Amino acid sequence: MDQVVLRNVRKDFTTKLLGTVTAVENFNLNVAEGECFSFLGPSGCGKTTTLRMIAGFEDLSDGEIELCGKPVSIKAKNLYVPPEKRDLGMVFQAFAVWPHMNIFDNVAFPLKVRKVPRAEIKERVEKALKHCSLDGMEKEYPGNLSGGQQQRIALARAIVTNPKVMLLDEPLSNLDPKLRESMRFEIKKLQKEFGFTIIFVTHDQSEAMAISERMLVMDMGRQVQIGTPTELYNKPNSRFVHKFLGQSTFTNCVIEDGKAYAKGNLQQPIPLDPPKGCEHEMILATRPNQIDINHESGYESVVENRIFLTDYTEYQVKVGDALVQVQTPHRVEFSVGEKCYLRFPNAMWYPVEDEAAEAERNRRQLV
Amino acid sequence: MSQYTRKGVNKDMAALDGKHFGLDKVLTIICFVILFIIVLVPVAMIFYVTFISEGKFDTRLFTEVIADKGNIGAMWNTIKVALGATLIGTVMGVFFAWLVGRSDIPTKGFMKVMFDIPYMFPPFFGAMAWDLMLNRRSGYINKWIVSTFGVKRSPLNINSIWGIIFVECCYYFPFVYKQVVNAFERMDPTLEESARIAGASQGYVIRKITLPLVKPAISAGALLILTSSLAHFGVPGMLGFSAKIYTLPTKIYQLFYRTTGSFEGIREGSALSILLILVVVAALILQKYLLRAGSYDIIKGKATRPMLIKLRGAKVPLLILAYVILFIIVVMPLAMIILVGFLKAYGLPITLANMTLDNYKQVLFNNTMVADSIKNSIFLSFSAGIICMFLGVMVAYVIVKVKPKGAIVLELLSLLPYAIPGIVMAIGVILTWSGRFKVNLYNTIWIILVAYLARYLSFSMKSASASLQQVHPSLEEAARSCGASHFGSLKDITIPLIKPAMVAGFFLIFLPAMRELTTSVLLYGPNSRTLGVAIFSLRNDGYITTASALASIAILLIVILNSIVNAILKDRKKG
Repeated sequence: MDQVVLRNVRKDFTTKLLGTVTAVENFNLNVAEGECFSFLGPSGCGKTTTLRMIAGFEDLSDGEIELCGKPVSIKAKNLYVPPEKRDLGMVFQAFAVWPHMNIFDNVAFPLKVRKVPRAEIKERVEKALKHCSLDGMEKEYPGNLSGGQQQRIALARAIVTNPKVMLLDEPLSNLDPKLRESMRFEIKKLQKEFGFTIIFVTHDQSEAMAISERMLVMDMGRQVQIGTPTELYNKPNSRFVHKFLGQSTFTNCVIEDGKAYAKGNLQQPIPLDPPKGCEHEMILATRPNQIDINHESGYESVVENRIFLTDYTEYQVKVGDALVQVQTPHRVEFSVGEKCYLRFPNAMWYPVEDEAAEAERNRRQLV
Repeated sequence: MSQYTRKGVNKDMAALDGKHFGLDKVLTIICFVILFIIVLVPVAMIFYVTFISEGKFDTRLFTEVIADKGNIGAMWNTIKVALGATLIGTVMGVFFAWLVGRSDIPTKGFMKVMFDIPYMFPPFFGAMAWDLMLNRRSGYINKWIVSTFGVKRSPLNINSIWGIIFVECCYYFPFVYKQVVNAFERMDPTLEESARIAGASQGYVIRKITLPLVKPAISAGALLILTSSLAHFGVPGMLGFSAKIYTLPTKIYQLFYRTTGSFEGIREGSALSILLILVVVAALILQKYLLRAGSYDIIKGKATRPMLIKLRGAKVPLLILAYVILFIIVVMPLAMIILVGFLKAYGLPITLANMTLDNYKQVLFNNTMVADSIKNSIFLSFSAGIICMFLGVMVAYVIVKVKPKGAIVLELLSLLPYAIPGIVMAIGVILTWSGRFKVNLYNTIWIILVAYLARYLSFSMKSASASLQQVHPSLEEAARSCGASHFGSLKDITIPLIKPAMVAGFFLIFLPAMRELTTSVLLYGPNSRTLGVAIFSLRNDGYITTASALASIAILLIVILNSIVNAILKDRKKG
């Protein structure tokens, strides 16, 4: 059964500065039980707004949301279940640990609200604290603790009620990189133990790829692509997703007679067939570590620059007007000025994106 | 000697200049001398004249004074009024802060402007206005009640303990309101949201999360009301005398004038002052104790829109209630003063036929005392503001950057006036500056200026020291390494960086000094009345319409000055 279902969800905001902005539109999603699903996108893309609609902190402008088979928000019927009745666990970016309560009281809070008997509260809080490696710290106040410890309090507080669905709103981005990795691991471990469904919001692509079974890339309030991390990395459906997941090089190409030429060099075609029936201009998208640089065959050019880095060597090679980056293992050696050939095995073709979209993206970041 | 240690960078720099008296040393000495003279001596003199009689230690006067029935009564009144005002003012402040900061009540912007108004005016304006309305016999509202309901006496009487508490509340509740609304607006909303997710209802969240989190702000505001009210002179001074209700500050004033400023009167006033200081210090200790537990960081996190609580059905009743209260405490008193300022005589019905401009003519053109008082107040506020601004920076610089031995003494001295009520400071200043130390400023405007310096220096000092702490030593060091002298680096780097705080410090003094009454009411001479004193004495001498006209002019003046200040400060924030 799907634990989280969103149908045709839309959210409009009206601000004095910008007028009405559609923060999320036509949003459809099914997240299965026990799945870890990530919302990924730049700031202002609507991922947090969507999460807050699931949590019940925002009304919908249209559409409906179901949690564990029960409808919680249906705009058409004006149905709205307040956050406290949705039985969710949630962890926030800024921890949101209550500074006026000690660790025990913080974690016990959800149980006290539910009028759980005292003995049972004690037992369950201790268990939750143990799972989050906080045992023995019950009496401490959060003010004296590190960010990592505070976030573990928040986690313990979220799991103590055994929720079916856990919402994580950029829970790792206030932590330092090392801690981030270990917390990621801890969250996965807790999920295995308790079997909850996770919806994870982040703007960090590697975090999303590491943690989730499926993920969704969002841009300007729209769902751009849903899939497994591998699918999204290898077959991005748009220039935006390509750029967002990993390093990209884009080359503007002109299509003539079924052949693609890099802009600025109309003599030598790119050794790739452009998609059929495409427009006059297209963008060739590859990743620096997927370009094959060799001495034998492909697109002929000259090495302009060579940078020796710790894990790989980077060459800069002219393709038409553009300077394309190529990353290779150290053993592939070219010198500056040497003739070389390029092949583009995993290249993708995208239409040229107009600048209006970029401008809209910037405008939305102000909201 | 010139060993370079991190702690004493500045001192060693001076030594490296090859001078025995570096700039820092000179500044340090100047600060000590000035604070000693303008703050410590007056306070010490109060204790000296109380406890030293004919060269011998003698507690007789003090024990006599504190055993006096009238004085004990005054002490209880002071405490009653202060506690009442604190309690009611805090409830009002929290209620309005919640309404503005957390609910979806409409017209918040306008309400915020309204809440700033009581902040601008001195409470004794309110006392005067409410006396015009609720004086038992002659108040306009009371007369209306008597004629409408046919009762013999109106149940409302502003010349009572409750009247005094009410008026002080109207002017002091913004202390709590401002602190709490600020805390509400900066509070990380996820602290409340996580409680909702945990299963708590809205009401439960308010009780268990929201209010406990802003508790430090509430108690800080409440204690500000408590200490202000304990030291307050204006309202009991306006409302209490006719009903023979005295508080410690008004008792000191009365003692001083009954003995027409004789030394015996001053001595008795001093002893009473010590009693008042003790009460205030007790309140400050209470404050330390209560605030000890709580300053938590509630403002981290990204700025999400705080979730506003939907008032739904309660919206309209609460909106009406808020505006009724605002109308009563903000609009009515000011309107009353302005209307009475136009009346031919106090007591006449307020109709157009009874209106005249004579009072204003009288005040502005015919009465030199009044015109002088306006000039005096402007002169005093301006010079106190400017002098304190520079003194404050100097003291702050010495405390924050030079850190000489005894910096803590310097800091305590500059903050001491916070604990000393204005009327007490006035007694100390009289004792110090009326010839005892070869300087006699009594009855001149200069004695008021000296008192203002002592009272207000801490304002500018705090503002400057907060800002100086932000200036990293490396900025000055960089200037030195570029070839600037010590003085040059101060002039070109440090001072420009803290200029905004200096300007703010100036206005922090200029505005309250404009409407000051408590200190100047003991210090004024025939030619050195301040605006506050002029209104106070005109009204107490029975010239009620003239006093109202002058107060109206003061209202206008204060509004204009405040708008100018706001425009300046806002402009700078943008730039």
